[in-house]
Amino acid sequence: MKEIELYSFKGLYCDDFRIMGYEFGYGEKTVCIMGSLRGNEYQQMYACSRLIAKLKEIEEEGQIKTGKSIMVIPCGNPYSVNTKKRFWGIDNTDINRMFPGYDKGETTQRIADGIFKKINDYKYGIQFASFYMPGYFVPQVRMMKTGNENIELAKKFGLPFVVLHKPRPFDTATLNYNWQIWETDAFSIYTSSTEKIDKKSAKQGVNAVLGFLSKEGIIDFRELACYDARVIESEKLVSLRAARAGFLESLVNAGDSVEKGQILAYITDPYTSEVLQEVIAPEDGIIAFEYDSPLAYQNTALFKLILDHNC
Amino acid sequence: MNHIDESIDDIISIPLPVDERLVIKRHRLRREGTGSKRICVVTGIHGDELEGQYVCFELARRIRENQDNLQGIVDIYPAMNPFGIDSITRGIPAFDLDMNRIFPGNSEGDMNEYLASKIVEELQGADLVIDIHASNIFLTEMPQIRINELNADVLVPIAKKSNMDFIWVHGASTVLESTLAYALNSRGTNTLVVEMGVGMRITPEYGEQLTDGIFSLMSNLDIWNGEVKKVRDPIVAYDAGGDDVCYLNAPCSGVYMKEKCHGNLVKENEEIGRIINPLTGEILSGIKAPEAGLLFTVREYPIVEEGSLMGRILKKKVFEENA
Repeated sequence: MKEIELYSFKGLYCDDFRIMGYEFGYGEKTVCIMGSLRGNEYQQMYACSRLIAKLKEIEEEGQIKTGKSIMVIPCGNPYSVNTKKRFWGIDNTDINRMFPGYDKGETTQRIADGIFKKINDYKYGIQFASFYMPGYFVPQVRMMKTGNENIELAKKFGLPFVVLHKPRPFDTATLNYNWQIWETDAFSIYTSSTEKIDKKSAKQGVNAVLGFLSKEGIIDFRELACYDARVIESEKLVSLRAARAGFLESLVNAGDSVEKGQILAYITDPYTSEVLQEVIAPEDGIIAFEYDSPLAYQNTALFKLILDHNC
Repeated sequence: MNHIDESIDDIISIPLPVDERLVIKRHRLRREGTGSKRICVVTGIHGDELEGQYVCFELARRIRENQDNLQGIVDIYPAMNPFGIDSITRGIPAFDLDMNRIFPGNSEGDMNEYLASKIVEELQGADLVIDIHASNIFLTEMPQIRINELNADVLVPIAKKSNMDFIWVHGASTVLESTLAYALNSRGTNTLVVEMGVGMRITPEYGEQLTDGIFSLMSNLDIWNGEVKKVRDPIVAYDAGGDDVCYLNAPCSGVYMKEKCHGNLVKENEEIGRIINPLTGEILSGIKAPEAGLLFTVREYPIVEEGSLMGRILKKKVFEENA
């Protein structure tokens, strides 16, 4: 394992800003795995740290294929992690809305550029990602539909779902999108959480990556049981929204199977406990996303449901 | 002669979780029987940009003073992101995305996407929309109009009547397709984006200047038949290729001490500021103008990191071409 400084600049009163990468194997730049780009993506960094520990063992056992190199970047934004801010401390910009970056631009554009220049020529790019809404996911691989997405490859992660997502304008400045545009096969891995560490789910994510590397002939790894992935377009996820604002009392979790007519949550009046809405499953399906906040605004997507007949 | 009718209406009202409503308000001034031409003045999409607040006030005040000259409808929306303004937050509190990156919104989407869709629905069809921004807390901007190159043919002639100092036609980019101005212009509703002043402050002279410009635009649309002041002749930069403007980004982290103000003409290699280190008492970098030109953006917030924007210079050749 080689520890490599990928990008840095000097701070004024803070320590220097540094992005570190951990490289395994030698040769062709085969796969790069990115962890947290936002300051609250603890689960994403944790998953990378577990992956680094496993790859170190695999390398020491001589099980990385000759001519293949693997890079893991556990954190692209240590300043924000250390100050517990989701976005960049000074101007609140999001590094994951700055790709491919610009080396003469503003600070977060430069950081994105500094990262991207080092990782834009890997064959595969994998990002442990988080969603813009707080919540829990059923483990899944998400890919943007750019025309370059490769669904069969995504299935090799062995996670329960592959979700295809049509990019919106603001998505075009994300790492995943730009990897694809630069002809890297790019995947976003969603484990269950973001700000809380879920060890079981992180382990599932790590095993998914190792399984993928094994299937692609990059490492020798005894694969664990995996899922026969179901592919779904994100537009076909059914959003169950809050018809009223109030407290959210959820009765189910991401990954649960639910039946048509089942009560999934209550929205209650924060002052009187009066039930304002029963959130009911419209069809049989699986909870792909569960909103995680005690307060729900009106129209908030409380659950995203994969209907059984849509897979 | 009829006097004007005024109303304050809730164009959007959404209940919040705890005993409160999120309301976007419109102040409508119209004179019955004078036609249905409509100008909309919008501000506060970014909660830390306050320059438009004074313009909204001043516009209504001047219309009332000479109300017989109104020939249509003036709609004023001072707070498109009321949550943001009330909490000194640039974006929408409790939401990851910049409000000006979610247009045209989605009436079936979450609360903010719904808000965005209703705003577009409300403004669409106006004869002109003016969306007033104020840079951010870091930079001061000379009064200017920014126009996407896709709309330059239609909007530049209109913008020239707005009494701003500068019109900046910039290149198209996919990310900008989710702004309010893009959403409206692409639907055939002419929309000008104003940038002026600095975040979290109000510069009254800029407010007066833009208000004069809005009366000029109203006159041009036959919404105002009173006298209007002669407008400034703006510099127009057709900068779709990004060649007309120099960007001054900090070469290192430190404290930026500006030496030139916005609106200054600077010579090539003239020092416009310094980055200093208060801990060591050193000058870390002297910041010089890479080309002669007009300093139209200047950094106000002194702390910089490597890459922080400290200023923008409109190259001399551009305003010579305009002369």
